[in-house]
Amino acid sequence: METMTKVHARHLVEWGKHHPDAYVLSADLTASCEADGFRGAYPERFLSMGIAEQNMLAFAGGMAREGLVPLVHTFAVFIYRRALDQVAMSVAYPNLPVKMFGFLPGILTPGGATHQAIEDTAVMRALPNMTVIEPGDATETETALDVAWETPGPVYVRQLRGEVPVLFDRDEPMKLGCPRGIFCDLRGGGPDFVLISSGICTEEGMRASAVLREKGVSIFHYHVSTLKPFDCPEIIDAIASSRRGAITFENHSIVGGLGSAVAECMAEAGLSKPLRRLGIRDTFMHGASRRYLAHEYGLDAMALVSAVEKATGEDFSIREENFRETCTPAMHSDAKAEAL
Amino acid sequence: MSKDDWTVKVLQMAHGIRRRVLAHTLARNGGYLSQACSSAEIFAALYGKILKLKRLDTPLPAGSFNGTPGPGCPASTGAVFNGGGGSDCDNFILSPAQYALVLYAALAEAGRLDERSMETYDIDGSTVEMIGAEHSPGMEVTSGSLGQGISQASGIAFARRVKGETGRVVLLLSDGECQTGEFWEALQAACYHKLGNLLVYVDMNGCQCDGPTSTVMNLEPFDKRLKSFGARVRRIDGHDVSALARCGSLPGGDVPTFIVCDTDPCRDMDILQGFRPKLHYIRFSSRKEKRACQKFYDAMSAARSPAEGKV
Repeated sequence: METMTKVHARHLVEWGKHHPDAYVLSADLTASCEADGFRGAYPERFLSMGIAEQNMLAFAGGMAREGLVPLVHTFAVFIYRRALDQVAMSVAYPNLPVKMFGFLPGILTPGGATHQAIEDTAVMRALPNMTVIEPGDATETETALDVAWETPGPVYVRQLRGEVPVLFDRDEPMKLGCPRGIFCDLRGGGPDFVLISSGICTEEGMRASAVLREKGVSIFHYHVSTLKPFDCPEIIDAIASSRRGAITFENHSIVGGLGSAVAECMAEAGLSKPLRRLGIRDTFMHGASRRYLAHEYGLDAMALVSAVEKATGEDFSIREENFRETCTPAMHSDAKAEAL
Repeated sequence: MSKDDWTVKVLQMAHGIRRRVLAHTLARNGGYLSQACSSAEIFAALYGKILKLKRLDTPLPAGSFNGTPGPGCPASTGAVFNGGGGSDCDNFILSPAQYALVLYAALAEAGRLDERSMETYDIDGSTVEMIGAEHSPGMEVTSGSLGQGISQASGIAFARRVKGETGRVVLLLSDGECQTGEFWEALQAACYHKLGNLLVYVDMNGCQCDGPTSTVMNLEPFDKRLKSFGARVRRIDGHDVSALARCGSLPGGDVPTFIVCDTDPCRDMDILQGFRPKLHYIRFSSRKEKRACQKFYDAMSAARSPAEGKV
């Protein structure tokens, strides 16, 4: 499994060379959000705002009004939870180009409920004018910045950091509003299931569906990196053609995220197919390693296998060792400033 | 124009602001009247003396509401009533949008908003809204959620400094909103980032929604608190137009400047004394009350000097 480390950190410095209007704002989590390289390279375009996120977001709105492009970096929870009113009124309402990089989505931190962003997509998706994107691998982690920059108005990125797997070709960067068809062999007619995944769940979905296919279950797999706007007729068509409906798989609450977005589209299209939402099941979590949390809260490959078994009533006798290796970054490593 | 001339003009504007806000409060049977009483001289001094704004050849009409900013709907901004900017011109940011009617009245007094538009105040479909947003005349940002105005103004001040612009960012704050955590966050950031181009007037009228500010949450000693954060601070009588103007022409520095203006929410309108301690929003609870106010308004209109022009 090929992985890359500090993808955003490197790209931000290189990219920053050619974007003199871009400013990084940080709330005392600069290295933790991989913005330390930018701070070192362009100190005059780095603003330390202290642990004061409400001011940071509204300040960013003011900067954007004057033609600068603020790239806000902090943990996701401190953007959409602590500063939601500021995001709504000082950024989203005026439709200003503030690009928000929210780190530690879902299970990606052992920091517990205070640090785990489990409903950020739900909250940000509900804000008018807001675009919400979520990288699923190193290629997307790198190119999310380009997408955020090129997209008018405010953009929220559920950003990845540290060690990240490479799932997609470097020549196929993230594109706004374009889901990736990872596996959709249309020759054989409709599949049993259509799997729609986002973020780190895409890798788990790939691991599980590869083994399930060997067991004779046909699964189309789409990876979604644009959570809003979400308009994917191709996916809806695939679900319509399926025998057993859709499964969504996300590192987020099953309320308001990818699963809800798919449900909305299915309902509006009048599809009467089952939809199974895999994700964090409307619960807060606690502090532990990623692998533990993935298992405990049903975000790993085995969770998908179980869902398929439940839907089909079959027992595939699949064990952990049947899956191909996975990216399991160490909790304590040089790839992150601290374990959090 | 001699010093005294501008003073006379500004005082006339202040009188006109109070009269206009009272007229609308009577017409709508409610309004933010005490805010007009406390801040009339501040607004008049700003628009009549302190702010460096592009002149308008003629008062502008307020358009109808044509949508909130979004894809395919560019923001219509109230900044055009302030002249639309220019690198050496000031921004004027009104933080407590509850003062919107006071701002409209000031714009009308300053010849920036036409009289017919004033008549669309609080009428459905008009941009001359009760609590304005950035499509409303004179509103450069959307700041009705209290505490956000100073942060937005600071971001604008930072960007203008980066661009080498000489215009200032002039902000009007109410005292109540300085209770928010965001206010103190913004203050520390504005001092830390040396935003010397930020000039803040605070209307210390001592009133907020629940009643007297001192009974809701203490801010004092407010000037000392501001100073201890690193700001340059002056504390003045907020009805003294000479002092207001003097503070508006202090030499630039490398920290934000705060003019703490002690004001009276019943100033020149003794009839409001009977509403104490609830002055945040004036509503007439009886015909008698309304009649008394109407009488007061009639006297106020009659006392208008010829120089004030017709309205």
